[in-house]
Amino acid sequence: MAGHISPKSTYYAIFAALMVLTAITVAVAFVNLGSFNFPVALGIAITKATLVILFFMHARYSSKLTKLFVGTAFFFLAILLTLTMTDYLSRGMKTYPGGAAGSGYGVRTP
Amino acid sequence: MAEALTAHGDHGGPHAHHPDLQHHFDTLEQQHEAATLGMWLFLITEVLFFGGLFLAYMLYRVWYPVAWAEASRELDITLGAFNTAVLIGSSLTMAMGVRAAQTGKQRATVVWILLTMALGLVFLIVKYFEYKEKFEHHHVPGVNFMFEGPQAGPAQIYFSLYFLMTGLHATHMIIGFFIMAVIAWMAHKKRFTPEWYTPVEISGLYWHFVDIVWIFLFPLLYLVDRAGHFA
Repeated sequence: MAGHISPKSTYYAIFAALMVLTAITVAVAFVNLGSFNFPVALGIAITKATLVILFFMHARYSSKLTKLFVGTAFFFLAILLTLTMTDYLSRGMKTYPGGAAGSGYGVRTP
Repeated sequence: MAEALTAHGDHGGPHAHHPDLQHHFDTLEQQHEAATLGMWLFLITEVLFFGGLFLAYMLYRVWYPVAWAEASRELDITLGAFNTAVLIGSSLTMAMGVRAAQTGKQRATVVWILLTMALGLVFLIVKYFEYKEKFEHHHVPGVNFMFEGPQAGPAQIYFSLYFLMTGLHATHMIIGFFIMAVIAWMAHKKRFTPEWYTPVEISGLYWHFVDIVWIFLFPLLYLVDRAGHFA
């Protein structure tokens, strides 16, 4: 049948990479990077997830239509997270003259 | 696999086809493609199902960074990391199980799937002991919730999300365990061939997806602030 058969070595290599990345994410969590701890942890998680999707889930060898479906899942997740967070993260970021500082609304008063 | 071809009585010799080919598909490739696509469509809904919880997590983390840091330190990082390794291991055995099915190794398929189930079970047992510890320390949201200091309120939100997210994930693990039991049984009954192993492949997609959810849950729940930035 059509399915791509990956060599065993590929699976062992991906497994090793995932284990190393897990060790790195635990080690790095104990280093104070300030506000960068979170993006680093998230970046490693995204890398690990990408490896699983591409190799374990065979997305790399799938048809273009399947790849589009895979992308769609994360596209909609990105919309959900990004649009909501741009709102909440930007509240109180800038207060217009006359607006109450930290009120989170930046209301311009006449 | 000429011997596997059967001529159905209703349309005779020239239309002989593989016994696992459904009548509404032209080829096994097309049938496999449709099944894979259908599974991914389901996984899209799963991504957004968990996505809502991840969004709630992000919002409350932005609002209560100190509570998140303090509450997160109550989790056992050793058990969390151990379970992460166990699940990654189960993804490897799953991938090897699919490979064994692809290459027609029936016995190996059964063994790899059983190993996957065993690792899944190890994960759930560790999770049970983690939950038990939460109950003993009164970290379960509700009337008996207790948390030292001024962050008790938002810390309860953290633990609500902890139980919701890990609970939903564990539910998926339990469902996956039973799916794998069926797959192992089918492999034992020699239902799969290199031409047709679709159930192994798409159940594998589900199993890997559940692994990916944990890949995100582990750093988000266990590794919030181990360096003491918000201490």
